[in-house]
Amino acid sequence: MKRILEANIIIVFLFLYIPIFVVIVFSFNRGDQISVWEGFSFAWYGKLFKNPNAWRACKNSLIIAGVATFISTVIGTAAALAIEKYRFRLRVGLIRVLFLPMIIPDIVLAIALLTFYRKVIGYPLGLTSVIIAHVVFNIAYVTLVVRARLQGYDASVEEAALDLGANEWQTFWRITFPLIAPGIIGGALLAFTLSIDDFVITFFTAGVGYTTLSVHIHSSIKFGITPELNAISTMLLVNSIVLILLFLWFRGQKTETI
Amino acid sequence: MHRNYRILILLSPVVLWLIIFFFLPLISVFIYSFLKRGTYGGIETQFTLENYQRLFDGIYLGSLWRSVSTAFVCTAICLLVGYPFAYYLAYYRPKFRNVLLMLVVVPFWINFLIRTYAWILILRTEGLLNSSLSLLIPGFQPLELLNTPFAVQIGLVYGYLPFMILPLYVALEQMDLSLIDAAKDLGASPQHAFWHITLPLSLPGILAGSMLVFIPTVGAFLTPDILGGGKVSYIGNVIERQFKTARDFPFGSALSFVLMLIVLAGTVLYFRALRGSESVET
Repeated sequence: MKRILEANIIIVFLFLYIPIFVVIVFSFNRGDQISVWEGFSFAWYGKLFKNPNAWRACKNSLIIAGVATFISTVIGTAAALAIEKYRFRLRVGLIRVLFLPMIIPDIVLAIALLTFYRKVIGYPLGLTSVIIAHVVFNIAYVTLVVRARLQGYDASVEEAALDLGANEWQTFWRITFPLIAPGIIGGALLAFTLSIDDFVITFFTAGVGYTTLSVHIHSSIKFGITPELNAISTMLLVNSIVLILLFLWFRGQKTETI
Repeated sequence: MHRNYRILILLSPVVLWLIIFFFLPLISVFIYSFLKRGTYGGIETQFTLENYQRLFDGIYLGSLWRSVSTAFVCTAICLLVGYPFAYYLAYYRPKFRNVLLMLVVVPFWINFLIRTYAWILILRTEGLLNSSLSLLIPGFQPLELLNTPFAVQIGLVYGYLPFMILPLYVALEQMDLSLIDAAKDLGASPQHAFWHITLPLSLPGILAGSMLVFIPTVGAFLTPDILGGGKVSYIGNVIERQFKTARDFPFGSALSFVLMLIVLAGTVLYFRALRGSESVET
């Protein structure tokens, strides 16, 4: 029995990682075939770095993810503080409502925002329209991560600070904030990753000429796959791995070490 | 009063943002689904049920059914593969358990588009699967795997398997292993102990994992778009077409609203079932 279970583990990992390795290996392919090996080379990375469209898309992705992460981290942290520190009417209702943007299909949120921008308020599609959309789904995730951090922390430290004469503002910045900072940074990193990775919502809410990396990759898949796509994918893979290591490091931070 | 003032300040940004950019758009979709389509992608303000009647056309009902059944199959496959996986980690507690769990989570952080694209390299006619098979089997004829329901199904399982494994592991890991030992001491066979103790106790994990897989797969747009090549239509792609090419916002809105209802119904059923499974435990 144990043998069968171990075989299953190996099969699952092969299934999960073979496709990723295939992309990485073929990004170093010399020829212009995407899945037939013709020798090692960095040629496609050279091409990628000289592609102005890829750079522009990268810049747009970073602007959108950066601004959306900042806004959603502030709003989400405030919401998490209210939910965890106070008991108020509609609290449970609010917690449930905050899950809705996570469970509603991407495509529905995307077309709802598109309809809203185009037909209801007549707002032009551009970078701002994408940022607003990303904040909608990011808030839920930030709130969840920060709430988890607040649940495991001792509120008596704050009371002590207040007893010793600190005002509430000082107490927040000197006591609460440093204690929950790993949760806030963890939430922000998660929001940043989701934002960079998002395709569906960006695809519907971005204006013409505001291509992001995901949209750029999607149109390359649709209208002509070249090994450059493998190179850009590998770059994003490396980026994801750096982000996940940072996330885990911040989430694992003990309060004492702050 | 002071306390209420603080709650108001902390909550007004989230509440305002969600009302304006989440609920208002959803409400407008709901309203639009009852309006008539105008010329050139316009909309006429005239009440009609036409958009909902059109849902019962063979093609639309067909793609709705395809999406729902594909999501069910995907959930079942993830459960069949994920359960033994999580069970092994929780029950045998291998040395590198945390590393193994980490390796399950890593793909979640990698761009979904790239992970889906990777399957093109494997499944296409000149792809890795066909070329490996032709090396192994002489005279092998390459299979047309890409742009088929099979490719979409693989892509979906690949994308959502980690969402099944993690809640299953959490449920199984919390379980008191001495219960199983007790059952065995009392003469239960390992199979009997599994079906009567382990499986019922892990039910909350099964439900959570199934919901996390079912909900995103039923509304999937990207996987069918890339691996189905637009040749097989799923509800997500039909919706996209209404907004991107057909420019029929009212009908697209009606389709979206139905998809949202399916997902919300699934969520409500999940919470009902979860409450049921918890009352069994206590």
